[in-house]
This record gives sequence, structure tokens and C-alpha cells, in this order.
Amino acid sequence: MVATQETIDKVNEVSSTYKYGFVTDLESEKAPLGLSEDIVKFISNKKQEPKWLLEWRLKAYKKWLSMEVPNWAMVDFPEINFQDIYYYSAPKTKPKLNSLDEVDPELLKTYDKLGIPIKEQEVLAGVAVDYVFDSVSVVTTFREKLAKEGIIFCPISEAVQTYPDLVKKYLGTVIPIGDNYYAALNSAVFTDGSFVYIPKGVKCPMELSTYFRINEQNSGQFERTLIIAEDNTYVSYLEGCTAPQRDENQLHAAVVELVAMNNAEIKYSTVQNWYPGDKDGKGGIYNFVTKRGNCLGKKSKISWTQVETGSAITWKYPSCVLKGDDSVGEFYSVAVANNAQQADTGTKMIHIGKNTKSTIISKGISAGMAQNTYRGQVQIQKSAKGSRNFTQCDSLLIGDKCGAHTVPYINQFTPQARVEHEATTSKISEDQLFYCLQRGLDTEQATSLIVNGFCKEVMKELPMEFAVEAQKLIGISLEGSVG
Amino acid sequence: MSLLEIKNAKLKLNDKDILKGLSLSVNKGEVHAIMGPNGSGKSTLSYMLAGRGGYDLESGEILLDGQSLLEMEADERARSGLFLAFQYPVELPGVGGMSFLREAVNSRRKFLGKEELDHLAFVKEARKVASKMFVKDEMLKRAVNVGFSGGEKKRFEILQMAMLKPKISILDETDSGLDVDALKIVSDGVNAERNDDNAIVVITHYQRLLDYIVPDFVHILSDGNIIKTGGPELALEVEKNGYAGLINAA
Repeated sequence: MVATQETIDKVNEVSSTYKYGFVTDLESEKAPLGLSEDIVKFISNKKQEPKWLLEWRLKAYKKWLSMEVPNWAMVDFPEINFQDIYYYSAPKTKPKLNSLDEVDPELLKTYDKLGIPIKEQEVLAGVAVDYVFDSVSVVTTFREKLAKEGIIFCPISEAVQTYPDLVKKYLGTVIPIGDNYYAALNSAVFTDGSFVYIPKGVKCPMELSTYFRINEQNSGQFERTLIIAEDNTYVSYLEGCTAPQRDENQLHAAVVELVAMNNAEIKYSTVQNWYPGDKDGKGGIYNFVTKRGNCLGKKSKISWTQVETGSAITWKYPSCVLKGDDSVGEFYSVAVANNAQQADTGTKMIHIGKNTKSTIISKGISAGMAQNTYRGQVQIQKSAKGSRNFTQCDSLLIGDKCGAHTVPYINQFTPQARVEHEATTSKISEDQLFYCLQRGLDTEQATSLIVNGFCKEVMKELPMEFAVEAQKLIGISLEGSVG
Repeated sequence: MSLLEIKNAKLKLNDKDILKGLSLSVNKGEVHAIMGPNGSGKSTLSYMLAGRGGYDLESGEILLDGQSLLEMEADERARSGLFLAFQYPVELPGVGGMSFLREAVNSRRKFLGKEELDHLAFVKEARKVASKMFVKDEMLKRAVNVGFSGGEKKRFEILQMAMLKPKISILDETDSGLDVDALKIVSDGVNAERNDDNAIVVITHYQRLLDYIVPDFVHILSDGNIIKTGGPELALEVEKNGYAGLINAA
């Protein structure tokens, strides 16, 4: 409990600006600027990858060259020069670490500043953490304890070496290399990420967590996560992300693939707080992420929970493909966009198996000049008899210069299914604000309270430690937006 | 020195004069009732005192404990010890009653230089006060005022008053929408908070509330001014003869 309180206090201390905007002075090793076949080979070589993976990457690279930047999302940004990005950057430390004592102290300090020190994370009851700094996984905690249960939790680069069969069997099966422009790019140049394997019948005894951090200037972050849950398993996985405050935009194009077998449940939670850029929209992260889960087995369940407060642009649609009969997909999302931020986010629920169920709860909050779009697809295939979907999209507007948009796509190919869609748009009323002020809360406290109330259905899906952080984060992101 | 001093308050809404030079002094330990017909300016008076945006005085002065309230925002006035029990308490969807109360109480404590209450200490205190108001734990877990009955809303207002321990409380039509039993519970709650260091201003249409919360002074508000002041018997006169007679006599 003491550690939890410390975390809360640390989060409480945050000032009104982006508190993660510092840069850590670490020696790093980079690939030459830009992207070419040679760079793909360079990365693969650095990681001493098997030949099949290099070929896989090169295939993705060729595919990427033939593709075009998607332009259907409601976001607006200048063309990205993909030759002006470093595709590989790694802190110069020993590649493999056995304990925290071997971690570069500068790096530990960084995580300390992030408000969630590694040491503390270790004592927080049951959270195993993988830290990914720029492109490289730095330290993974609790591995031995997990190994006793047969659970694999390690950097994906390591899994490629140690468990090549598993990686080869599943990599790219949920999100094929040519799925979309950014997924193809990621497949060509991904540098690290987390790998999780839960063997049959095992309920993972603790939350698994990854902390992503972009530190280097002009570097992109392309992590790749693969989670496989065998029959009768359960795993809850959390990811958090931050980046320094920089004037130029940085690209983050991750891919996350989940596979759930019979009666397996994967709960995937994200608190995304990449640097959003300044008030006028200068700088910030382009968060172009592809996340998808395959519910392959009967009665399998995949649940996405996301709290998105950061990034200049968010382009992200964590999805579920419900193949197994009676499988369940869930999507709980809070997307906050303030100042010049743009968010186009939502989900896809593809119902294939019989009696599959999906629930979508999306809460969009727009303030300043921000544009916030919910874009979601619910597809009920002919085979998906007896399936059900429930979608609820609520938008909250703060101020009169922002926008909220809801774009649902519903395709139903069997009459024996039920799809429901509800949507509301509201504003924080003057009555609500005055009521709070009259009880002694200042405008910012009041806004934070009302907004968190608005998001409650989603916040309660987050694991406890994350929920506290996420609540504060939402308050901070909206500071100065009212009054 | 009076606890609350309103001097020659003038206020316009949409170019219409609503308060026309109203003055009132309230001392510590006193309960004042302000009665008046619809449109006399009762709610405007309460919003003006609480500092709601758009209800700024054109001229005049308000002092709380000798300190001018005019330069203070609504939240500063609240933290300084001014409480308004709303006629229509506002719904806050998703905001739990307990956490709302706690934020409010800790804001006031911080202002007073007292240590903020931790979660456990707060819950203990809140439960104690709540049980006196016949407010169940379950109600504190629900979102503030969402799905509350009329009686529950008013009880929750007085519960907040009891927790915040303000110097001056303004009860705006606290009796509206209450049946006799609820009226008694709410009044008992208010009476329990009466002491020599605070004061209460009760704004009401009807005399009936004043049977339960017995005032020291009764003021008749009409057309933006106090036209008559007396003791509890003045309220009975209103009940018997209506406002018209008093207004015509003034």
C-alpha cells in the first residue's frame, strides 16, 4: 500500500504542463538516417535475426513501397518525410540485464521522473514490467516467477532467438504485413516490443506491463507486441507511453497482435500519454497504431481498454475478430483531445462465429481547437447467427471551438443478429460548474471531476494503479480549457 | 461586526433592475428568513451572494466577516465559508457522492490551513453525519443527485452543509418538493448545525418551513427590496393574509 500511495503522490505532484517532457542524456547507438533495404538489413543484423525474419521484413518493406498513405481519417498533417527518421536507436548498455543494478542509472532516473520508478513497480503487488526505451527493451521484471508457471514474458527480439517456432507461427497472422501502410512499415523496421505466451490452463498471477518511452530526437518508435493465450487462460496486460517535449513531430507506428484460443481471456489496457505538442500544435507524436485481436477459440474473450490523452494525432482502431463461437470482444475508450490535438479512433468488431458478442463504449472529450472522431465498424458476417453488438458513443465538448464526430459503419449480413448503436453529445453545463464551485472546488478540479464522471464506465475497466494515474492525466490534459 | 453585511445592493439582469438597493445585516448565531412572492428577487439574491457568473452587483457591497466578497470568485467565497443549499441541486453523472464530498471538504480544510482528511478518516466522518440525516451509505456511492428523489436531493444538500461547516448558509427554497417527514429530517439537520459562531439565511415562499427552523428575524422581499422586517409572527401574518396586503401597505 505504501508504494501505491507514493505513486499517487508522485502523480499528484505534476505541474500544469506536460511533465514527461524531459530528455535523458544517454549514449545511444543509431542506424543511419532514413529508410532503405539496407536499413532493414541493418536492423535485422543488429538483432542477429534468423533468415526467415529478414525475408519477412524485406517482403514487408517492398509491400510498403507499393502502398499509399491512408487519407480517410479525419486528421490533417503535413506529409511525413520517411527518409528523415532514424529507424533504429538503442541506449548503449549491455544488451541483456539480469537485475536492476545493471541498468544505466540515468535510465533508472528517467523512469523515476516518469512517476513510476522501476523499483516501486517491482514492489507494487504483482506487476511485471517490460521497459522499452526508444527501440530497445531495457529490463523485464518478474521473469523468473512467471517462468515457474510456464509463462513467457520477454522482449520480442529475445523471443525470436529463444522461441523462434512460436514467433514464426503467430507473427503477422492477426495483422498481415500488407494490412495497412503503417503496419507494413512496422513489419519492415520493428525493433522491439513485448512477447507474451500463456500456456494452457494458466491464469497469469499478475498484471503484465510495458512502459514505452521515446527519447531520441528524430527517431521513430516501431514496437511490436505479440500475445498468445492458449486454451483456458487469462492475462491482463498494461501499456503506458511517454515522450520528451520536442518541436518536431515524431512517428510512433506500433503493431499489437493478440491471439486467444478456447476459453482464453486477454485484457489489454493502454494509458497513452505521448507528448501532444504545444498549445499551437507545434511538435508532438504521430500515433499511428494497428492493434487487433483474434478470438480464435470458442468462448474466447478480448477486451481493449484505452485512455488516450497524448499525441498530436491519434490514428488507432483496436479491433477484435470474433471467429470462435460464443467469443466476446470489448472496447472501452476514453479519448481526450485538447488544444490542437486530433484524434480519429475507434474499433472494429468483426463477428464471424455464432453467438458472438461485442460491446463498444467510447467516450470522446474535445477541448480547445481539438477535433475528436469516433470511427467504428461493426460487421456481422452471414455465419454469425445469434450475434449481438451494443455500441455507445458519448462526446463531451468543452468550449465552442472544438469538434466531436461519430462515424459508425454497420454491415449486417444476417437478419439473425442484433446491433444497437447509441450516441450522445453534451457539454459541461454552467449549472454543473457553478454547483462544484459553490462547494469550493476550483474550475480545474470541477472540470476534472465532471469529465472523470463522464468517463467512469471506461475508467472502472482499468486496473487500480492505472486508473488513478489515468484520472489525474485526464485532469491535467484539460487544464486551462474551461473559464 | 455583523457576520454578513449586504449594503445597498443593486443588480440588473438583462437590463432589468432586480435588486434595488437591498441591505441586510446578519449576526453570528442568528437565523434570518427571507420571504417573498415569485419574482421578488429571492433566487437572484442567493446567486449574487454565492458569486455565480452573470450575477455581479452594479453597486453596493457584501462583507463576510468584514471581508469584501465582491472580488472573490464563487469557489473562493465557498472556501471562505459561504454555503448555498440549491433549490434545484444539479446532477453530476458518474461523480460519486463520497468523492465529491471529500474534494469539497478538503478544499475547505486546505483553505482553513487544516490537514486534509485521508480516505478512511473522511469516510468515517461522512458516515457519521450521513446517518444523522438518514442518508444511507448506498446513496453516497451513487452519482451526485442522479436519480435522487426530491427529498434525497435536499437531504444531500444539508449533509454537505454539515460536512463543510460554513460560517453562513443560504438555504434556497429548501422546503420545495418535500413531504412533511422529509421536511422534518431536513429541518432537524439544519437545526443541529445552528450555533453561536455561524448564521443561516432561509429563503422560502411558505411559512411552513419556519415552524421547524424557527427564525430570529423574518424579512419580506418584494420588487428587489426588503419592505418589512419582524419576528416569526411576521411569517404567520403572511401565511394568513398573503403578500398582497403587506406589499400594498409598504
